[in-house]
Amino acid sequence: MRTTLDRIRDLAIGAWAILAIVYLFIPIFVIVLFSFNDNQGRFNFTWQGFTLKHWKDPFGVEGLQSAFTTSLSIAALTTLIAVTLGTFIALALVRYRFPGRGPVNGLIFLPLATPEVVLGAALLGWLLTLAFARGYTTILIAHVMFTLGYVVVTVRARLEGMDLHIEEAAQDLGANQFTTLRKVTLPLIMPGVAAAGLLAFAISIDDFVVTNFNAGQTITFPLFVYGASRQGVPPQVNVLATMLLIAVMTLMVLNVVWQRRAARRDARVMPEIELPAR
Amino acid sequence: MSTAGANAAPKSGGGWFTLRRRRALLPAMFIAPGLMWLIVFYAIPIVSQLWVSLQTGNPDDGFTQTWNWSVYPDSISEYSDQLIRSVEYALTATILCLIISFPLAYFIAFKAGRWRNFLLLLIILPFFTSLIVRTVAWQTLLTDDGFVVNTLQSLGVLGENGRLLATRTAVIAGITYNFLPFMALPLYASLERMDRRLVEAATDLYASRWTAFRKVTLPLAAPGIFAGTLLTFIPAIGDYINAQLLGTSQNYMIGNVIQSQYLVVREYPTAAALSFVLMLGVLVIIGIAARALGLRRLSEAAAA
Repeated sequence: MRTTLDRIRDLAIGAWAILAIVYLFIPIFVIVLFSFNDNQGRFNFTWQGFTLKHWKDPFGVEGLQSAFTTSLSIAALTTLIAVTLGTFIALALVRYRFPGRGPVNGLIFLPLATPEVVLGAALLGWLLTLAFARGYTTILIAHVMFTLGYVVVTVRARLEGMDLHIEEAAQDLGANQFTTLRKVTLPLIMPGVAAAGLLAFAISIDDFVVTNFNAGQTITFPLFVYGASRQGVPPQVNVLATMLLIAVMTLMVLNVVWQRRAARRDARVMPEIELPAR
Repeated sequence: MSTAGANAAPKSGGGWFTLRRRRALLPAMFIAPGLMWLIVFYAIPIVSQLWVSLQTGNPDDGFTQTWNWSVYPDSISEYSDQLIRSVEYALTATILCLIISFPLAYFIAFKAGRWRNFLLLLIILPFFTSLIVRTVAWQTLLTDDGFVVNTLQSLGVLGENGRLLATRTAVIAGITYNFLPFMALPLYASLERMDRRLVEAATDLYASRWTAFRKVTLPLAAPGIFAGTLLTFIPAIGDYINAQLLGTSQNYMIGNVIQSQYLVVREYPTAAALSFVLMLGVLVIIGIAARALGLRRLSEAAAA
C-alpha cells in the first residue's frame, strides 16, 4: 500500500543520493575539465579555452616525468611485495588454527585504523633513531607497511567465500599441501588476489601523507603536485591524474567481470563434484 | 639448497620433525615475513615515538635521551588550540558525513535494485585520484573570483568580499568530502544485511513509517553508524592536507603541527610527543569500539 507521501519520500531519498554522488564527482569533473584548459601563465584556476596540447605532451613540465615514473615503480614493487606477504597471511588466518591469531589480527588491523600522519611520523622517528637515510627504499618500506592490511582483508574475504571441499578433494586425490595450494587454492582465489593488488597499487600511487614524511629527496607524483600547488599546478598534472583514473577504472571493471566469471564457473563445477556424494 | 634435499631432510630427521610439527610450522612460515614487516616498520616505530619524545637537544647538535617527561604537558598546552580544533573539525565533518551518507546508503541498499554495484563503484571511484590532486581541484573551485564564489556573491549568500577558500567552512567541507566513503560503505553494509521483513512486520503492527524507521531500521543500522563514525573520525582528526590547502594557519590542526615540527622546524621531541598523544587517543577509541563491535567487524568495515 503506497501512499503519495511514500512516493514523495522515495523521490526525496533518490534525489539526495544523486546529489551526494554528484558532490563526490565535482572535483573529478574539475580535474578532467582543466586538463583541457588553454591556460595562460602559471595558474590553472580559470577556464580560458579548450586545447589538447597538454594531452599531447603530458610530461612537458620539468620533473614531472621522473616523479611519475618513481611513483609507478614504487607502486608496482609495493603491489608485488604486499600481495605476496598479504596473501600468505590471509591463507594462514583462514586455513589454520594456531595460537596468537588474535594479536596477529590486531596487528593487521591497527595500521588501517591509524591516522596517516601518525604512520608517517612514527616511521620517520624510528628511521631518525636508526640514522637510516630516507629515499626510495624508505618510501617502499612505508607503502608495503600500510597496504599490507588491505591485501589481507581483501584476500581473506575471497578465501572465506571459497568451498573447503575443493581443497579436501584435491588432498583426497593425493595432492600434498603445496600442490593443493599451487594448483587449487591459488587459482581459485586469484580474482581476490588481483583485486587486492589493484587496491594496493591505487593506494600506493596516490599516497601523499606517509610519503611526505619518509621520502627524503625523492619526489613522487603526489609530492610533485604538492610542491607545485604553491606556484600553480600545471595542467599536465590533470592529464596524468585523468589517465590514472581511467586506467584504474578499466582494471576495476575487468576485475569485476573476471570475478563474475569465476563465480559462474564455481557454480558450474560444484554440482558435478557433489553429485556422486548423493 | 636443492628441493630434493629439503624434502628428504624431514623424513630422515624422524623424531622431532614430525608431520604434526610440520603442520604447525606452515602457518608460522606463511605469517612470519608479513608480520615481521609490520612489527619492524609499524609497531616498533609507534612505540619508539615515546623514546624520541623524551629526548632533548636541537637539530644541529643532535638529540640525547634525557627522559624529559615535561614535553607532554608543555606541548599539549602549547598546541591546545590545534588539538581542540582537530576534534571540532573532525567531529563536525563526521556528523556531516553521516547526514550525507545515510540517505545515500539507504537508497543504494533498498531502492537501487540492479544499479546497486554500479552506485557503490561510483562512491569509491573518485578516491582513486590522488588526495592532493582532488584537494587542489577544490582549491580551483573555491578560489576567490571563481565561478562558485561569484555565483554565491550574486545570490547574496556570500558578502561582497566574502570568500570560501581559506576559511573554516572550506576546511571542514574538504575533510567531509575526503572521508565520505569511510562513512557510506559501512552504513551500506549494515543496511544491506538487514532483514526488510522486520520493517514490514512493524508497519503491519500499525507502526507508522517514521516509528518503524526509528525503532527498527535505525537500531539495526547502529553497528554501521558506529563503525562509520569511527572510521571517519579517526583519519579526519589526523588530517592536515585540507587545512594546509584550503585553510590558513588559523585553521591548522594537530596534523599540521606534527608535520611542521618534524619536517620544517625539526623539533622532533615535540612532534613525536604530539603524534604519540594522537595515537593514544585513537587507541582508546579503537579499544572501546572493539569491545562494542568486535575487531573483526571493524576491520572488515575498514577495508570495505
